[in-house]
Amino acid sequence: MNSQLYGKLIFELSKEGRRGYSLPRNTYAHQTAELPAELCRQEKAQLPECDEMTVVRHYTNLSQNNFGVDNGFYPLGSCTMKYNPKINEEMAALPQFQNLHPLQPKGTVTGTEGVMMLLSKLLCELTGLSYFTFKPYAGAHGELTGLMVIDNYHRAKGDLQRKKVVVPDSAHGTNPASAAVCGLEIIEVKSKADGTVDLADLERLVEQEGPNIAAMMMTNPNTLGLFERQIPEITKLIHDCGGLMYYDGANLNPMLGACRPGDMGFDVMHINLHKTFSTPHGGGGPGSGPVGVREGLQEFFPFVSPYNGNFSVMMRALAYILTLGGEHVKEVGPLATLNANYIKESLKDVYELPIEGLCKHEFVFDGLKDKSTGVTTMDVAKRLLDYGYHAPTIYFPLLFHESLMIEPTENESLDTIDGFIAVMRRIAEEAKTDPELVKTAPHSTPIGRVDDVLAAKHPVTTYRQLLADKS
Amino acid sequence: MFKYFPHTDEDLQVMLDKVGVKSLDDLYADIPEHIRFRKNYDIPQSASEIEVRQMFEMLGSKNHQLTCFAGMGVYDHYTPAVIPSLLQRSEFLTSYTPYQAEISQGTLHYIFEYQSMMAELTGMDISNASMYDGTTAAAEAMMMAVAAGKKANKVLVTGASNPLTYQVLKTYALHQGIELEELSVKDGCTSLDDVKERLAQGGVAGVIVQQPNVYGIVEDFTGFADACHEQKALFIMDCVAADLAVLKTPGEWGADIAVGDGQSLGIPMAFGGPYVGYMCCTEKLIRKMPGRIVGKTFDNRGQRAFVLTLQAREQHIRRQKATSNICSNQSLMALHVTMYMALMGQQGLREAAELSYGGAHYLCDELVKTGRFHLAYDKPFFNEFYVTYDGDADTLYQRFVEAGILGGIRFADGFLFAVTEKRTKEEIDNLVKIAAL
Repeated sequence: MNSQLYGKLIFELSKEGRRGYSLPRNTYAHQTAELPAELCRQEKAQLPECDEMTVVRHYTNLSQNNFGVDNGFYPLGSCTMKYNPKINEEMAALPQFQNLHPLQPKGTVTGTEGVMMLLSKLLCELTGLSYFTFKPYAGAHGELTGLMVIDNYHRAKGDLQRKKVVVPDSAHGTNPASAAVCGLEIIEVKSKADGTVDLADLERLVEQEGPNIAAMMMTNPNTLGLFERQIPEITKLIHDCGGLMYYDGANLNPMLGACRPGDMGFDVMHINLHKTFSTPHGGGGPGSGPVGVREGLQEFFPFVSPYNGNFSVMMRALAYILTLGGEHVKEVGPLATLNANYIKESLKDVYELPIEGLCKHEFVFDGLKDKSTGVTTMDVAKRLLDYGYHAPTIYFPLLFHESLMIEPTENESLDTIDGFIAVMRRIAEEAKTDPELVKTAPHSTPIGRVDDVLAAKHPVTTYRQLLADKS
Repeated sequence: MFKYFPHTDEDLQVMLDKVGVKSLDDLYADIPEHIRFRKNYDIPQSASEIEVRQMFEMLGSKNHQLTCFAGMGVYDHYTPAVIPSLLQRSEFLTSYTPYQAEISQGTLHYIFEYQSMMAELTGMDISNASMYDGTTAAAEAMMMAVAAGKKANKVLVTGASNPLTYQVLKTYALHQGIELEELSVKDGCTSLDDVKERLAQGGVAGVIVQQPNVYGIVEDFTGFADACHEQKALFIMDCVAADLAVLKTPGEWGADIAVGDGQSLGIPMAFGGPYVGYMCCTEKLIRKMPGRIVGKTFDNRGQRAFVLTLQAREQHIRRQKATSNICSNQSLMALHVTMYMALMGQQGLREAAELSYGGAHYLCDELVKTGRFHLAYDKPFFNEFYVTYDGDADTLYQRFVEAGILGGIRFADGFLFAVTEKRTKEEIDNLVKIAAL
């Protein structure tokens, strides 16, 4: 890493008069100077002026301060950080697809229609549902789209009072937020001690609120990585009171080769193509959140985006499924599940496992077993960075104080996993012998722990603000 | 074994033993048997890399590669070679949301640059880390206005907006219970009188206009911001990002929120996405803004560092009190436009804009000269314009396609044509030749 260049912003590498572009000579008679002055900007945009190589070096150096799946093990729970195959990138970049305007007329885009039809057919087969829309841009957008389908369905039936959505208390924060954006209200169902939905509590809710229930939203396996084995009873309760079942596809990966949401009784679902179907996470997007529905609900797909969603992301997912083929796609779930259980069993003597038993693709520890050292989940996560691993998801789910959520995907080898286990054990040991070392980690990363409070109390979010900021 | 799975038989045995089960199937013993999937998927057998390539090339060959004169929100601007090359750096590509700041400075650093550049381009104080696209950014702005407006629940949107944006707004408004009203259009432009009249009726949280509007017209928004602010409504501008290199900025017009699509900043059209939505606003509204924001801070070694900040606004904290549910955004595409602006600078953006403007006006002149096309409104336009046609527009559109040209968008009584710096004079002349037949 070139730390000299690293610290600087592109604005700080700028020098007036430098250029990083070339354009054809302009021979047109018309110029923007013809526009009335009052329609033109008065103040110039203060953008950097850099030559091409400066730009290339800057962003190359920046990339080296990042950690991706290609760098190493990335056990970030609920995010399914699997390998992003290179062939998929090449296929998505084919110019025969990249250069198409989304409003190009039918008959000139038969290839794209082929991609969407084929992907839709494959997703139907993998989920047991009947129709997919590709409009949603991401998982949360898919949730919103799916809830809109449900809301539209009840409205069409004249069931205007059905505005409540049942969500387990372990659900991801996006579920209630999506419901709120859809104009729906959340009611929480409790979890039992074993981490699954409390059927008795659900029965009580259905009794009280039945005619107002629009849907129940669930992941299965749930946020703790546990399969909700009472799912047939749950779906029956909800269907009997007139509600629909929504499957949050965030945890679909372990179900490949094992169980389909449609067969579990779900009516509507979204898939995070960037999780289960290997499209790269891109530092936080673009994702893709296609929504699938049971026969009869397809007429309720809403218009949530103008064209075909993140089309290039769909191309990657299609390449992935075709590469795996029917025979290997069904190995995905079992191998991911084996990897997770192996880590869990190998570490549960030193990390607190709140719920025993088989997990699926992920599981949650409640921090270190030995709480006397004062070393927290945050410290463990930060110390992992020193050893060259990405941290697991921390402090989620909210059911435990020290949640440490680990998800290894099917792509990780026994060697990688054993290496990770050894380091996790070593950190547990360090917590006893040298707790300060862990509490002050990381030590070997480009920067140390950051001051979150300062950033929030005194927000500096642009270069202009940074220049004006004398603190 | 398969190329993406590293488990040897020996590994499998070691792992199964550790877990205490006999087979992979036993890992699913907790699933009721009647809902297990026991069949084989009806999915073709594994394809080799060569076969995957052949399949996509075969599909790709069915798409017609047309010379693009279409716009309506998506423009065929040039992507400098640097960008796709750097965008494939897998440290960027294969990372996720930068929650672990210590090993995510690459992402956090470019998002800070992105926010800075978008704020400069729009003339606004601040920017978030990106939205999905322009239409959903507009929908988020609508919800933000209603959330900021306390009891006001009505949003006015110009009748001269892109109908696709309008449809997305309508979808969100329906479920949110927001009253969405369309403003009347006079002479191709949003009527300020109508804005004032409706504002006076009260209950308006925000007014959304588009620049350039759906006809390609660069509207004069003098008086709009004042009219909104007098009635405590937010003034929201939806702008084509690249055009702001030249056009008066939302900041200069007095807008409270600027949204739009960043696709015009060199992102390939890619049949609809991924693109990147942008959202900028005044400093006053920072805590109402949806999506992620990156801020500057220091680490415990005293080094400048960047970090996700103001997260109390976000969905995972606010849960059912959230006014937006955006989580993943379009981070990599934000990097795309950041590198684009870093390469182009304001001078490059202006020059590309000049070429687009010059080409569009040349095309317009030449079409009008044929005597068969008429510029629908005598108003200033940028690189897109609406002309009526006195012949059979559908037939002509088809004739364009047969000649390998995407002859704009068939729109109302004619065509919406857009020109970018990628179009040559020869290509324009060729289009005119076909149009004059």
